[in-house]
Amino acid sequence: MNTPFIQAVLAILRKDLRTELRSRELVSSMGLFALLSILIFSFALELDRIARQEAISGVLWVTVIFASILGLNRSLAMERDQGNLDAMLLAPINRAAIFLGKLIGNYLFALAVGLLLLPVMTILFNMPLLQPWLLLILLLGTLGFSTIGTLLATMTVQTRTRESLLPIVMLPVALPVLLSAVMASTSILDNVPLDDWIAWPQILVVVDIIYLILCFLLFEFVIEE
Amino acid sequence: MSALASTNPNERARGGIAAWPPLLRILTLATTVAVAFGLYLGLFYAGTDIDQGQVQRIFYIHLSAFTGAFIAFCGTVLGGIQYLRTRNVQWDSIALAGAEIGLALSILNLVTGMIWARPIWNTWWTWDPRLTSAAIMCLTYAAYLMLRTGIENAEQRRRFASIYGILAITTVILTLVITRIRPDTIHPVVIGPSVQNPNAEGAFEFSERMSMTIGINSAIWSTLVPVTLMWHRVRLQNLVERVNALKAEILNK
Repeated sequence: MNTPFIQAVLAILRKDLRTELRSRELVSSMGLFALLSILIFSFALELDRIARQEAISGVLWVTVIFASILGLNRSLAMERDQGNLDAMLLAPINRAAIFLGKLIGNYLFALAVGLLLLPVMTILFNMPLLQPWLLLILLLGTLGFSTIGTLLATMTVQTRTRESLLPIVMLPVALPVLLSAVMASTSILDNVPLDDWIAWPQILVVVDIIYLILCFLLFEFVIEE
Repeated sequence: MSALASTNPNERARGGIAAWPPLLRILTLATTVAVAFGLYLGLFYAGTDIDQGQVQRIFYIHLSAFTGAFIAFCGTVLGGIQYLRTRNVQWDSIALAGAEIGLALSILNLVTGMIWARPIWNTWWTWDPRLTSAAIMCLTYAAYLMLRTGIENAEQRRRFASIYGILAITTVILTLVITRIRPDTIHPVVIGPSVQNPNAEGAFEFSERMSMTIGINSAIWSTLVPVTLMWHRVRLQNLVERVNALKAEILNK
């Protein structure tokens, strides 16, 4: 007798959120890393006013993707090290529910970091980052990262090289998401007319849907044991 | 060694397991001849480009290598899907062969592109979207090979490699379409019904002979070259696994 799909997804999500609320391990390390990263960027790129305008969305997205990788590694390593992955596999639930539950959790954490970055970068770099359109791009972009990240991290935590492998396998595959997210954000910040960049969010939606379906279908092969 | 390798009497009759199957011999010969013929067309038959001169001829290999890489990467996807469905190790060998041959051909594509770009764009490398995505495509398949080496359990390695091989095709598709979705590229758009990109640097008009040379070369490189090379690679993989099995057998004795 299988637990209903939605119920299983929600249970996994609740577990992740509760663990996070108690330990604050993921969001604090991701958030701290993200803050450090934008400060380092401002030194390394010598972000004066003009350079800022050109590089800001790149800085934002690179920071978001690296913070996501950090969180994904922790999130899946915890499942594996504490034997929770095996427990979930033993439980009478649909395998796809495990994917969806982990995905929503990872997505929320990545989104939290992104939402933290927007106001901080608005203040530090004096750029109008808090815009509804940019928020939408952030929602879509982090969804793409989290989707492939959840699948690939589940794979890489089971390998010998573990943490170091995830960025190597994830960054190239995340490229379509990164590209369209950066292009859209740059256009928004440059006040380009909507018609000229609306294609980017559209591409982003398509890429997200493709990755969601693909990863959803492939996940059951990652954890069969 | 050969007495040890060929326990099967049929195999021994054909000269041991190391002998090439007859069809592979024919294919190898045909590929060599066809590639030489394609080079002849590119180097002598097609006319010299009026603007770019002799260096334009490298384009015949540049484009053809990419078509070959594309077919090989499709082989990786097909091998991955089929492996996940059937769990037949041969499919995984095909996927691995596709990734390696595709990587080799796309590096050839990059290198020939750079040689062309040096006189035409006056630089070996530029951070053009097409160039960048092609380089990332190469790195994706390098990551595929790294992923394989990172997993000790053979069954798990095949499974994960299949999954990653399927996902990795997205970078190939991105490289294909990027000249259309990023209008700021300076890479000439060649395949497909497109108006010439106004930003393109070094695009050229085709004469009838040139189009024919392109057609024949890419036909050869997208069929014979990847198929023959992948077959050799699959054979090599089978031999490697055979050796491993024999080693294990000897150690257990």
